[in-house]
Amino acid sequence: MSGAARRIWGLVYRHVCVYRRSWPRLVEIAYWPTLELLIWGFTANFLSQGFHAGPAALTGTALIAGVLLWEIVLRAQIGVTFSFLEEIWSRNLGHLFVSPLRPAELVAALLAVSVIRTWIGLLPAIIIAFLLYHYDLFAPGPVMVLFFLNLLVMGWWVALAIVSLLFRYGAGAEALAWTIAFGITPFACVFYPVSSLPGWLQPVALALPASHVFEGLRALLLHARVDWAQFTAAAALNVVWALAACAVFAGEFHRARVRGALISIGE
Amino acid sequence: MEALRVEHLVKRYPQALAVDDLSFTLARGRILGLLGGNGAGKTTTISMLLGMLLPSAGRIFALGHDMARDRFAALARMNFSSPYIALPARLSVRENLQVYGHLYNVARLGRRIGELAERFRLAGLLDRPAGDLSAGQKTRVALAKAFLNQPELLLLDEPTASLDPDMGDYVRTALEEYRRETGAAILLASHNMAEVERLCDEVLMMKQGRVADRGAPAALIARYGRDNMEEVFLHIARNEAL
Repeated sequence: MSGAARRIWGLVYRHVCVYRRSWPRLVEIAYWPTLELLIWGFTANFLSQGFHAGPAALTGTALIAGVLLWEIVLRAQIGVTFSFLEEIWSRNLGHLFVSPLRPAELVAALLAVSVIRTWIGLLPAIIIAFLLYHYDLFAPGPVMVLFFLNLLVMGWWVALAIVSLLFRYGAGAEALAWTIAFGITPFACVFYPVSSLPGWLQPVALALPASHVFEGLRALLLHARVDWAQFTAAAALNVVWALAACAVFAGEFHRARVRGALISIGE
Repeated sequence: MEALRVEHLVKRYPQALAVDDLSFTLARGRILGLLGGNGAGKTTTISMLLGMLLPSAGRIFALGHDMARDRFAALARMNFSSPYIALPARLSVRENLQVYGHLYNVARLGRRIGELAERFRLAGLLDRPAGDLSAGQKTRVALAKAFLNQPELLLLDEPTASLDPDMGDYVRTALEEYRRETGAAILLASHNMAEVERLCDEVLMMKQGRVADRGAPAALIARYGRDNMEEVFLHIARNEAL
């Protein structure tokens, strides 16, 4: 294993050690996605009651797919920020920042942990959706992987922006880790098309990769066609936002080293 | 051969000048004591030496690497211990050492952990969560972490804080042996003046961010006409003029 890969694995292993001996933490990861799915799954069932096909049944399916896919963004974001906060809470950042671990490797490790957490969180919900609502998330085929990736990347850049805020404002900005992604939800158009938003809000929604993913998802479910234009727009926006988030992260990390915030970040 | 060279180091915050024109060198195989009262600038200096804090001016060369440009090459050959920075409490001692062994790319990690467990009397604690240990045991684990990569430059902040006299003496002996065996350089910040007298070849007395005086402990004791370093420390700390 190369030096960089070993350092990244070292930090991933640190989080794996915590989860492998703490079942409450594992339950907590899966709790909210499962709860969300149950609420929206039964709502979808109610809305499509008596309809075995047609728009009502498809709307129910889109609702369940939306819940599951939006959870990817939320879990990916929380996976990164929670793991970073874990280092703050355990007062371990001082040791990490004076080790040979590069900031980019720190980020890579946090992203890897978020992938693990996202799957742990989503897998029970995906299985329940299949068993309870007969909804197979993977039925549309490999194109779903592209949707997954776009949403995962969006969760990551939102998380990087939040970690940057933690560098700037310290643990006092902790509440943002739990609320920012939820605040984006109305503009991500998870359950309704962008056109249903007021005109002045539509540019905000269109600037988010998620709104394009969900437009594409609805096209796939309702019209059985892959809308590559929406996918391309989502991917391009993700690249732009991710580059911006990396720049903000690098800038705030540098400013934290100037201000001495790395020493007192937990206070 | 220098392990550490500091040139005209300054750290200026909006409200305070924390370190003011600090220069010194630390040769390989030597132990330098960094002394001073609270707020003298020791922690700020150590943070800059470790690359965690950027200086406002001045340069730091650690093991030949310019810390402003190439700090990771130096950090891989350095290490640090402080009782004020914790290790993850939910991980066992062994897991903590494994994590840092990976971060420092330590070869034959299992064997190295075994050696350090023996050196710092941690064998019976390896599988206990770090958070369940006493303050003294945590200090020993932090020291084991600091020795993992066999550092050529070791920065120690209060290395024997919380240790009982027996363990404190044991650790001081371990530091002397490590320096003798490896030729490592050690920078030691301590408020334990007996420890400073025993271990340090030279001390820097800091006050208000500046060097108030420097020299070998015996030379300082003679210069101030005192009986020990404790009295020298008190004299410098209570004397207003630098």
